[in-house]
Amino acid sequence: MVAGLLSISLMVLDHRFNTLESLRSTLSVVLYPIQYLASLPTLLSESASEAITSRDQLEEERDKLHTDNLQLLARLQKFEALEAENMRLRALLDSSFKVGDRVLIAELMAVEQDPFRQVVLINKGKTSGLFEGQPVLDANAVVGQVTHINPITASVLLITDATHALPVQINRNGLRTIALGTGLINQLELPHLPNNADIEVGDLLVTSGLGGRFPPGYPVAQVVAVEREPGRPFASVIAETTAHLDRVREVLLVWTLTPDRPQAVPAAEETEVTHSDVQRAPEANE
Amino acid sequence: MIAHASGRNYVIYLTLLMGYFLTLIPLPEWAQTFRPQWVALILIYWCMALPERVGVGLGFIVGLLLDVLTGTLLGQHALGLSVVAFVTIKLHLRVRVMPLRQQVFTIFIILLVERLLALWSTGAAGYPTPSLWYWVTPVIGMLLWPWIYILLRDTRRRFHVS
Repeated sequence: MVAGLLSISLMVLDHRFNTLESLRSTLSVVLYPIQYLASLPTLLSESASEAITSRDQLEEERDKLHTDNLQLLARLQKFEALEAENMRLRALLDSSFKVGDRVLIAELMAVEQDPFRQVVLINKGKTSGLFEGQPVLDANAVVGQVTHINPITASVLLITDATHALPVQINRNGLRTIALGTGLINQLELPHLPNNADIEVGDLLVTSGLGGRFPPGYPVAQVVAVEREPGRPFASVIAETTAHLDRVREVLLVWTLTPDRPQAVPAAEETEVTHSDVQRAPEANE
Repeated sequence: MIAHASGRNYVIYLTLLMGYFLTLIPLPEWAQTFRPQWVALILIYWCMALPERVGVGLGFIVGLLLDVLTGTLLGQHALGLSVVAFVTIKLHLRVRVMPLRQQVFTIFIILLVERLLALWSTGAAGYPTPSLWYWVTPVIGMLLWPWIYILLRDTRRRFHVS
């Protein structure tokens, strides 16, 4: 009876207020060995498969990386000129511009979370300077945002979780809407678009930056189905995430640097890289 | 005598720890929904075998730690597992003498109660109702019960926990 009341009040406190974060993070440090041990079989099998890769495979991989690198470098040459031009134009318009994004690489821990929620655990925490609501990306697109921060780990709510909503924009025409998670892996829905909205299968959705959490211009998803029923006020639109949320192993944590609103950026770490190439040119219609 | 017996409590904690591992170890995407409620099953066994030592309090703590480990609402599993411990202790005299084939159905009901409580608490917190696959885990737990029972009983006898 007492235990029941206690757990109900705990749930209410945890849901409504933020007071239990410290309890959760303390317990999570104590329980970290269990999580580490549970992820050990996966880690071991991965390192074993790395150890027995053949020379041919390694050479092949090296060649592929070499050509990829050359292509990316060639693209980067043009990009730097464009970035400088973009900065100049924005300065002319007197609008704020991003200096760049600071990126930290984190790895997913091979630990199962609640199977009916889309949450993953990463191996970076408060000690790396993470903050709540921080955007998380992978090499292709937006993955989610940081929700709970523990000293050495943090949990990331994926954009496909049923409680997650993300302000997006159609890259082709700049139409703004909100992408809701469906609770299914790799699937988003756009429920607030009227029947006559200009949206087609194959449209790319990018973050609009209006929520203030995600930097604008990152790819999110691609529209895979548009159904317009004349009897209904809204079209039902389904989009598939560009990031492979079920296969992602490494994620990037992003700090956006703006000149007028400097944010606390953690001290340099070994894994840290400062990319400017994740910053994208603004949409053509801006 | 009692001091001697309580020295063996670590066996109970070790089996519960095994339950945590089995809950956390990654499975392929399709198998995730079929993962049985390991911790609940192990807790039911100990409540049935040693009701004077394992009770609602332990169920609450075990559930709270499970909440932290799996990232659910703090208290969701704590509520479920304390109710599981309570019901099992209330029923243990009746269930203990049943043959295994009959026990299985009582276990099914207890596991179902745990799932139902979890559904209520997530529903109250505003999460959507999961698909019907949500209800398959009590069935799997029910089918696994005879093996878990025999395994834990042998462990208990081997280490003379009583």
